[in-house]
Amino acid sequence: MDVALARSWVTAIATAVTEQADYLTQLDSAIGDADHGVNLNRGFTAVVAALDTADPRTVGDVFVKTGTTLVSKVGGAAGPLYGTAFRAIGKALPAEGSTVDAAELGAALRAGLAAVQKLGAAVPGDKTIVDAYGPAVAAFEKAADDGLPAAARAAAEAAAEGMRATTGLHARKGRASYLGPRSVGHQDPGATSTWLIFQALADVT
Amino acid sequence: MKKFINDPAAVVREALTGVAAAHPDLRVDIEQQIVVRADAPRSGKVGVLSGGGSGHEPLHGGFVGLGMLDAAVPGEVFTSPVPDQILAATQAVDGGAGVVHIVKNYTGDVMNFQMAAELAGDEGIDVRTVLVDDDVAVEDSTWTAGRRGTGATLVVEKVTGALAETGASAAAVAAAGSRVDELSASFAVALTACTTPAAGKPGFDLPDDEMEVGVGIHGEPGRRREKLRPAREIAAMTVEAILGAKPLPSGSEAIVLVNGLGGTPLIELYLMYGEVATLLDKAGVRVARNLVGNYVTSLDMAGMSVTVCRADAEILRLWDAPVRTPALRWGV
Repeated sequence: MDVALARSWVTAIATAVTEQADYLTQLDSAIGDADHGVNLNRGFTAVVAALDTADPRTVGDVFVKTGTTLVSKVGGAAGPLYGTAFRAIGKALPAEGSTVDAAELGAALRAGLAAVQKLGAAVPGDKTIVDAYGPAVAAFEKAADDGLPAAARAAAEAAAEGMRATTGLHARKGRASYLGPRSVGHQDPGATSTWLIFQALADVT
Repeated sequence: MKKFINDPAAVVREALTGVAAAHPDLRVDIEQQIVVRADAPRSGKVGVLSGGGSGHEPLHGGFVGLGMLDAAVPGEVFTSPVPDQILAATQAVDGGAGVVHIVKNYTGDVMNFQMAAELAGDEGIDVRTVLVDDDVAVEDSTWTAGRRGTGATLVVEKVTGALAETGASAAAVAAAGSRVDELSASFAVALTACTTPAAGKPGFDLPDDEMEVGVGIHGEPGRRREKLRPAREIAAMTVEAILGAKPLPSGSEAIVLVNGLGGTPLIELYLMYGEVATLLDKAGVRVARNLVGNYVTSLDMAGMSVTVCRADAEILRLWDAPVRTPALRWGV
């Protein structure tokens, strides 16, 4: 992955989030507060604008800029969580050199997951971002030897599976947790946006 | 759903423009989305700041002024503010004695305020945080997001604001806020869903003969759905939930709020207050002070919450202290 591809990924996320904003908000209406699509759309639109005027030298710089912008534009839980994830991904990548390989990106994605779990205190099965992100990272790492496109495809498939599995879960974190057992039967909006992010990576690689 | 708006994305900014026009005694930064007391920062006085998603008005901006908040930080509708905003407001009210953040216990609010507190700490500002989690409809557990911050936020803001006015330390102000939270319990019932400007339609469908029991203030469904019952029975269920979760010794004094969620007329709130006051009297609780009205709302949701805060002489003294804000005003 080079800087241009990193930018393409982020732009593809922004496009996907804009297209799916109503769907994310609809999922969030059922078990949350109906703002997930709107908030992520505002955030990634700001990220694209910020990257347009920035001149990132490394792949890591692209993701740190992405994360910092999300933290300052999104609010809610999604802003700090995705913002922290992208910042951690960016910081885990080499500070020098214009490209990163699949193994390096896999390790950085893992660092992003750790940062999300530290901040949100969520574990697998809580019906959160982690339920899509965790399986995606594991699949990415496993397929990393086959190159970035294969690893990205595997990650997207695992994220989709994790996302679908959240439907049966009882939420223990975030706003859906207030519904208790009534949260069962609804797909988690955060896990869904995480799938969009990994699907965007598969689409551009 | 019909609303008085121009553009769903501009509602918060345009409402703040109106707040600025209506209350020239407040400093409203429409770009940063912060509302600050005109005389802030005051040297040596602890700054008291709160914030959260918009849609709960008059919370928090309506409580900025003498004897209550020094600043409010409104986020987008039902979305916590971002760290940059909270930091800017913290700087604006820091008079060298530290700043107390009053944070309602929601995942997003906690994270954004925590990030802002770290940034402010890096600049040498002593930030203390009071977490409000009074909603007893939600079980308290270390394995979940925990109880929500709702109606008691108003009592916490009033008491901490009054104490800060006396020149108390940041530690003392924060401790008083946490104490009010511990002594408070709230429970809410909704008759309709609410409609966020961005969604444009109600968050859930509720048949005419049903109610949502144990709702929060963000339009999410409650803990359970039940057949609608007479007000007296709803009041009994509400008071029972509150006293069951936080029992009050017989003879206790309390501050009681019967709070509208935005779409319920005052006539119904007063009717509910009458029922609640009778029930509390029977339970041996003396209502020392009360507040009836729309204070911690959920946009246009029809519904009401009851908050009971067990109060000692110190809390009552701070409750009675002068306050001059857009939404709460007495003693001045």
